[in-house]
Amino acid sequence: MINSLFLINPSGEIFLEKHWKSVVSRSVCDYFLEAKEKALEPEDVPPVIHTPHHYLISIYRDKLFFLSVIQTEVPPLFVIEFLHRVAEMIQDYFGECSETVVKDHMVMVYELLEEMLDNGFPLATESNVLKEMIRPPTILRSVVNTLTGTSNVGDTLLTGQLSTIPWRRAGVRYTNNEAYFDVVEEIDAILDQSGRSSTDLSTGTTVQRSWKSDPEVKGQASGVCVCVCVVCKLCYDWLTGTTVFAEIQGVVEACVKLSGMPDLTLSFMNPRLLDDVSFHPCVRYKLWESERVLSFIPPDGNFTLMTYHVNAQNLVAIPVYVKQSISFFECGSDGRLDVTVGPKQTMGKTVEGVMVTVHLPKTILSINLTATQGSYTYDNGTKLLVWDIGKLNPQKLPNLRGSLSLQAGAPKPEENPSLNIDLKIQQLAISGLKVNRLDMFGEKYKPFKGVKYITKAGKFQVRT
Amino acid sequence: PSSSPRHDDLKEMLDSNKDSLKLEAMKRIVAMIARGKNASDLFPAVVKNVACKNIEVKKLVYVYLVRYAEEQQDLALLSISTFQRGLKDPNQLIRASALRVLSSIRVTIIVPIMMLAIKEAASDMSPYVRKTAAHAIPKLYSLDPEQKDCLIEVIEKLLADKTTLVAGSVVMAFEEVCPERIDLIHKNYRKLCNLLIDVEEWGQVVIINMLTRYARTQFLNPNMNEDKEEKEKKKTEATAIVKRKPYVMDPDHRLLLRNTKPLLQSRNAAVVMAVAQLYFHLAPKAEVGVIAKALVRLMRSHSEVQYVVLQNVATMSIKRRGMFEPYLKSFYIRSTDPTQIKVLKLEVLTNLANETNISTILREFQDDHFNDKDFVAATIQAIGRCATNIGEVRDTCLNGLVQLLSNRDELVVAESVVVIKKLLQMQPEQHSDIIKHMAKLTDNIQVPMARASILWLIGEYCEHVPKIAPDVLRKMAKTFTNEEDIVKLQIINLAAKLYLTNSKQTKLLTQYVLNLAKYDQNYDIRDRARFIRQLIVPTDKSGALSKYAKKLFLALKPAPVLESPFKDRDHFQLGSLSHLLNAKAGGYQVLPDWPEAAPDPSVRNVEVKESVPEWTKCSSREKRKEKKADKPFYSDSEGESGPTESADSDTASGSESGSGSEESGSGSESEESNEESESASEEDEEEEGKKKKKNVEKIKARKPVPESESDSQPNTIASVQVFDTICKPAWLYMQFLLNPPLPVSVPQTIIPSGNLKTYELLHRITGEGLSVEYCFSRQPFSPDPHMVAVKIQFTNSATSEAKSLHVEDAKLQSGMRIKEFPEIEVLPAGETISVVMGIDFCDSTQAANFQLCTHTRKFFVSIQPPVGELMMPIFMTENEFKKEQGQLMGMNEITEKLTLEEKCQGEHAVVQRVTTAANLSRVPCGSDKECRFAGKTVTSGSLVLVSVVTKEDGAAQLTVNCEKMVIGTMLVKDIHQALTQ
Repeated sequence: MINSLFLINPSGEIFLEKHWKSVVSRSVCDYFLEAKEKALEPEDVPPVIHTPHHYLISIYRDKLFFLSVIQTEVPPLFVIEFLHRVAEMIQDYFGECSETVVKDHMVMVYELLEEMLDNGFPLATESNVLKEMIRPPTILRSVVNTLTGTSNVGDTLLTGQLSTIPWRRAGVRYTNNEAYFDVVEEIDAILDQSGRSSTDLSTGTTVQRSWKSDPEVKGQASGVCVCVCVVCKLCYDWLTGTTVFAEIQGVVEACVKLSGMPDLTLSFMNPRLLDDVSFHPCVRYKLWESERVLSFIPPDGNFTLMTYHVNAQNLVAIPVYVKQSISFFECGSDGRLDVTVGPKQTMGKTVEGVMVTVHLPKTILSINLTATQGSYTYDNGTKLLVWDIGKLNPQKLPNLRGSLSLQAGAPKPEENPSLNIDLKIQQLAISGLKVNRLDMFGEKYKPFKGVKYITKAGKFQVRT
Repeated sequence: PSSSPRHDDLKEMLDSNKDSLKLEAMKRIVAMIARGKNASDLFPAVVKNVACKNIEVKKLVYVYLVRYAEEQQDLALLSISTFQRGLKDPNQLIRASALRVLSSIRVTIIVPIMMLAIKEAASDMSPYVRKTAAHAIPKLYSLDPEQKDCLIEVIEKLLADKTTLVAGSVVMAFEEVCPERIDLIHKNYRKLCNLLIDVEEWGQVVIINMLTRYARTQFLNPNMNEDKEEKEKKKTEATAIVKRKPYVMDPDHRLLLRNTKPLLQSRNAAVVMAVAQLYFHLAPKAEVGVIAKALVRLMRSHSEVQYVVLQNVATMSIKRRGMFEPYLKSFYIRSTDPTQIKVLKLEVLTNLANETNISTILREFQDDHFNDKDFVAATIQAIGRCATNIGEVRDTCLNGLVQLLSNRDELVVAESVVVIKKLLQMQPEQHSDIIKHMAKLTDNIQVPMARASILWLIGEYCEHVPKIAPDVLRKMAKTFTNEEDIVKLQIINLAAKLYLTNSKQTKLLTQYVLNLAKYDQNYDIRDRARFIRQLIVPTDKSGALSKYAKKLFLALKPAPVLESPFKDRDHFQLGSLSHLLNAKAGGYQVLPDWPEAAPDPSVRNVEVKESVPEWTKCSSREKRKEKKADKPFYSDSEGESGPTESADSDTASGSESGSGSEESGSGSESEESNEESESASEEDEEEEGKKKKKNVEKIKARKPVPESESDSQPNTIASVQVFDTICKPAWLYMQFLLNPPLPVSVPQTIIPSGNLKTYELLHRITGEGLSVEYCFSRQPFSPDPHMVAVKIQFTNSATSEAKSLHVEDAKLQSGMRIKEFPEIEVLPAGETISVVMGIDFCDSTQAANFQLCTHTRKFFVSIQPPVGELMMPIFMTENEFKKEQGQLMGMNEITEKLTLEEKCQGEHAVVQRVTTAANLSRVPCGSDKECRFAGKTVTSGSLVLVSVVTKEDGAAQLTVNCEKMVIGTMLVKDIHQALTQ
């Protein structure tokens, strides 16, 4: 399946190679490097490249290219998924995935790669199993290792591979047994420019229709409430532009440090909210289908228990609104920029870490802006304007305004740039998802349990 | 070579006694490999440490070994015995690990060993070892495809395995070795379906893909009635066709669909895609919809995942558009998307466009940011495709495109022109104003393709714009010489068409253009001009065609069909590399079409009713099956310094030899036969041999150790002494001395030296007059019975005497030892002298390298033993032979069929050839069809049993049983050669 792996940095240097079958000369990477030269951005390099004798499948992640060499038919996603696992494994072991880290731990990375595949077919990709075979470095251990000349290779027998639950290592012991779950939600949204009257109405009606047709909402809220909401929404739309697209990506990250072989059951107050879910292999799919509970024997340590998706657009609360205008005068070489950010549906929580990023048109020469709150940076090379606002104060809305000057003689930019918003709300899952309870079977001790919620902006874009 | 000093330092570290130094060296070496630097010259130094006690050193040595074994095959063999030992370890992890490394060493000579190891491991008790065996199958197959039949047997066996651990790996092996043997799946189909959910993710992908193919050969098309109806609708003569029986889904088909569905919730994108393609290819139309949500989920994953998923969605959305319509917005384009994603999303949006959503989609198209030139072109083409597919919006699209004509970006305009041209072809009458608008563009637009498109349009529809067309031609005639070639060709076309419709106004212009073209540099344009002139300008010579000129030029042209590049791509299995490339990749298995009639479903019935699949995730609450093992593989060496196995067969050899002595009758029997085989003419040679022996005696006489030559008198006291001083393998030899009848049988076991093959050690010329030859004397080497005796014969053909001949500076592989011959003080000119030296080859065929020194010179020489010389004969009875053979079955047994060479047919010839090839003794046998031989390796005393069974017409079967598989393998090769050549 997977013949070889090359790690390549953005400047095209191959700094690690691993072969699981016969050695493939690194000259095969030339095809890739050629494609990389052509691409404007590293992300634009095609993930699959066909060369006369091989197929190259690559991912770009953490400013590194992971390039695999394939000789025969194999599902491309199989390879891509595996390459991401490699990156995750490096991240997991060394805290970050970067060229420096890999170069510093060359031998260990190589050994890990050796264990992950056998003859190109995945053998051990579970972090729990790998860590039993090759222990991750810690500062203490590296000191001890230098002093005693011992090593990071596990010296006990590795039973993880033998287990019927390959994701959990055996013989886990903790003095403090604890299980923490973080519910992290990201809002992906595209907000349209305000005052586009032609589309406002149509979106408004679709909103109405979908509210009414949604049985979930019907069951919970009274008709009056629905009406109010629709009106509210329309008001907001009129005020702040329409929501072209909005959805919530959620993920439940777990950190479980429990002794023995615990069997956990996690239930939600409102599981029907979830539109689509995907699970760590430890979760029993069938129980979710029948009872909507998460039943699982967890891996030891950190892992992603599930990811979910809340789609119904009207259910997605948009926590901030952005009023902006970027305009260029038809004659002359000047333009104006005026952006205001304000809180919208925040469920009474404070919006933090607000940041607005704008890719200004290439023809901008210079900018002169003032921010009423926070500070902005502007890189004239990349034309990237970043306004770091911080906490959002509903009493005094932050505003950024000023003038833009274009290069002399340059035409007025055809398209206005869109704004990317970043934000964070602590102690809130914007979808309203709530964990009901966590039960443990199979072990006798009482674990300490905790749940934390957080909402962030994902791909949150305001079109202008 | 330039870096060799640094490597010397590494070699030194590897040779040191300190594990920390070795570890450091190995780390540096592996780091070199990881960086892609060549570290192959360190192979001998590294491989010595294969049995190192330190786990990490050992592990890194394995890493090194797997990387370089292919390049250093001979040296790699040194390490094999370590793994062979591992294969028999009581600990399953050690067995598995040994098999994994052994099968990763890509050395052809060990193919039989690998085969045996895999067979053995496939019936191992531990599922983990069986899994490793499954992994090893494709490795062996790629190394030697001729093993296919044997491997299929193993695959068949492993497919029957009921554990989740094995399932994924064996299906992987099945797919690589024998994907066409779909019949092997029948009996395992239901089991695989039921185990699927508990198989690890990667295995799930492989199994699902395989089962998709399987289902396509075994079940009926669930959509056959609908598909048929569609076809019937298209064809109007539907009356005669007999309706099919109502479709009933095979329960096994349902089982597959039901058991794969939960996996749509997998976190692994490859698993989700695998299930999605299975549903797309196998599920009834009404059920395919479930995959859309999962695929849309993948759209939020990494951009590479998106890329692959979009490719597949693009294909699916052509056939099953309704499925993705609810998720239209997920395909909206973001400014941050990489270009290839944008283009694919556009493709999907275009496929999804219909009357109701087209306005939203078109707005999406317009909103898109025109920074990316490739993407702009793709967008405009997409608009064009929407316009052709959906009649209602054609005008809207056209208007939108016309607006784009005033865009500042020339590329946008050019692309729009090309698309508009295609759209106008559908209904030109209504759009003369657009054509007029475009005619104006010729003043500004410079992109050749766009200019050419406009000119073609004007020419084609010149009757709709009768006033403007001649004027455009006039302008073009002016600029003709500066235009690009494609534009010139279109100018000629325009001129010709105008000449035919409006010759009054354009006759002169046309002539002018044709004249310009006549002298153009491009021969295509010259040809075109000449051809058109002949066709349209009536002359007396013009042929019959010119009458039809107008029909030829102004025929109604069919409107182009704007089609998705993803149309009909679903004949490739979705999710496959071949589908993504739209070309068959190597090893791709074609997704078969549904069968017309379903094959017999009873083939999947399994006699024993299978228990309900145990849900392993639950079963883990039970106790762990495997006890914690007590001895890790990486630290298994118990005081062994190398690949040697020191004196571990004491008891065995003792008892063997004891029983051998009882069996004196058999010895004499075989002696007779041997004598018969030797013709009288060989007597001379025998005499010569005796002479040589005398020489040997001369040398040996200087040694303090009592003589144990075959022809020396038995001396009880001496032999007792010998027995005390010499280790046990020599004990065997003592039997000859203590047992009166035995000396008779000696000539039988020790082949007369005349038959011994001599090898050259030093040629007369390189040796400056001193020539040296050696042979393996097949005498026990008395000072050390673990050594192979090598007789070395010096001949001084120089004119002066050679002095102080001795051995120096032996460079040996780890574990090897040399017992030098005593220094020869003087070898007069013209004289010959023989000496004997002992070499412990550690039961390997690695060469012993040393220096041969005279008083003036040093010569580097090496002695490499044929495998047959690494053993010494022992005596056995028939029963013992059978008993021992029975204990050396399985991987220790190698069988080969061969055809005896003509001269070699007959018992005597076989015996002679085998005993020449290997230092073995014959074991009596009741049947004259079978010859048996026994011996043991010199160093470790491992038994070597050989039997040759002859059949009719020279066919024969050779069986070698040996604990040391490398030895066994090589011996088979040598004997095979001896018997067939």
